[in-house]
Formats: sequence, structure tokens, C-alpha cells
Amino acid sequence: MNRWFILPLVLFLAFVGLAGYMLTKPKDEFVESRMIGKPLPEFALPAAAVDRPGLATRDFRDGKPRLLNIWASWCIPCAAEAPQLEMLRRQGADVVSVAIRDRPEDVAGFLAQYGNPYSRIGADNLSVVQLGIGSSGVPETFVIDGQGIIRYQHIGDIRPSDVPTLLEKLQEAAK
Amino acid sequence: MRLLRVLIVAMACVIAVAGVQAQESMPPAPYAYRQLDDPEQEAKAQALMETLRCLKCQSQSIADSDASMAGDMRSDVRMRIAAGEDPEAIRAWLMERYGDYVSYKPEVSETTWPLFALPVLLLAFAGLVLWRRMGRGPAAREGKGES
Repeated sequence: MNRWFILPLVLFLAFVGLAGYMLTKPKDEFVESRMIGKPLPEFALPAAAVDRPGLATRDFRDGKPRLLNIWASWCIPCAAEAPQLEMLRRQGADVVSVAIRDRPEDVAGFLAQYGNPYSRIGADNLSVVQLGIGSSGVPETFVIDGQGIIRYQHIGDIRPSDVPTLLEKLQEAAK
Repeated sequence: MRLLRVLIVAMACVIAVAGVQAQESMPPAPYAYRQLDDPEQEAKAQALMETLRCLKCQSQSIADSDASMAGDMRSDVRMRIAAGEDPEAIRAWLMERYGDYVSYKPEVSETTWPLFALPVLLLAFAGLVLWRRMGRGPAAREGKGES
């Protein structure tokens, strides 16, 4: 018998302690994109609405930073963030978007009901842009700089309290 | 009051169902529920899909999930395999976007190396203890007895 005998017990208690501590912490269910700082993937999507053009990677390379909103008419939090997107547009943000797995009549219905803050809407029926950009759900909003580099990702619906952050990130991307 | 509550619940149900129906009314991606014609390619795709995580549903592979995004991912995987892409290259492409989270295949990385190193260390430790007890056992015990 010596004092090394106690080592396994100490290790075991440390493990139980760690497991207990981790159980008290809320679970982080966000899957963050690893594409921040990297260029947008190449894509060219047809228009999802009659009165707005579609969206392609080259639309981002004109030196002007933009918000890229990923949404769908069947997504309930997307309706909840509509007023915040409108607020961002009024404060000078150019908001372009990708509608995921959506039919033209559903897109039109959604825009008629909740307003249309978008200058462009691409139809992404196979989640090509969503997978390419590392987004794991709707809604998500990315800040893209004037060279087409992804600068910031906002996961989930935009709350009124998120508006200043997004405007700030847009300004940072303009530098 | 009660009627109002019933009404609110009923409306919430209608909205939820309408949302789901709208999502389901889109036809699925071409290869979401269709196997590749070449059985060898399909086997490759299936093996890969079983080790890729559905990003929307907790702890399901894209092969097991009926979420529309998992369907799009299956279609993407199958089309890339059919185009001759290597399964590990597809996994790497996804991990470049979603990190380790998207893959169920164990990888040795900066954060996971202790998981692989610990069993080796423990085995070595157990071996050392056994060696001292059995190999040099009697001598060690005699030595202890003397001191």
C-alpha cells in the first residue's frame, strides 16, 4: 500500500466532477460555419421572385458589402425576423437573399405578407449555397464584403437587439 | 378566456402544419431517395452517408434522416460520387465548412488526441505494473521485506 493507490480514485472523482459540471451548462446547438474569412463558393441561382433578379457570386464583387440572408417561406422564424431585415434595409444595408427549397408562389405569398427587403432573391432548390457556405439551417444571415469574402455569420432569426451588431459588421467589412 | 386559449392553440397547430406541408410540397432533390444505378458507387455513397451527420437533427446520420436538408446532402453526395469524386474528398469538403461536427468518423486532431493517447498510456502503465509484480515480483518483494 502506498499513496499511488489513491490516484485512480482521484482521477475517477475528477471525471465525475467534470461530467457533473458539463451537465449544468446549457447545450450549444449552433453549428458555426468555418467559412468565415473565405470567399463565397461559386454559384449562380435563378430568380425566386418575378420582381427581383436572381443571385450569383459575381454580384458580390462590386466593392460594396452586403447582407446575405438565407431563408424560406416555410420557415416560421423567417417571418419573425422580417421587420428587422426591413429595419436594416432602411438604415442603408443592401440585403440579398437565397430562398431554400421554395416554390415561386410560396415566395410571392410570403413577400406579400411580410414585406420584401431584398434587392435580389436566388432560388436554391438543392441547398447548394447553403451547403457551400456552411449554413445549417434557416434563417441565417452572413455579412459579405465587397470582394465576396464571408466576414460574419448570424445564426437564427435577427432580433431587434442584433440589428446594431449587423450594421457594425457591415461597416467593418466596408473598410 | 378558455375559448380564446383553444383558438390560439388551434391556430398554432394550423400554422405549424401549413409550414411543414409547404416544405414537404417541394419535390425532393433528385438523388435524395433514389439510389445510384451503379451498385458499386451506391455502396460507396451509402458508406459515406452513414458517417455524415445531419446538421438539423441531433445525432442522426444523413442516411437515417428524413429532414429535407439531409435529403439535399444525400443527393449532393450521390451526384459527386457518380461524377467520380473520392468519398474522403467529399467528407473533407464538408468538414471545411462545418468542422468535425459533420463527420462521425473519428479523427485525431488537436482536441481529440487524448482519446487516442490515453488507452495506449493506460496499457503501458498496466504492463509496467504487471512486469513489476510478476517478472521482477519475487525480487522486488524480497527487497521490500529487507528494507
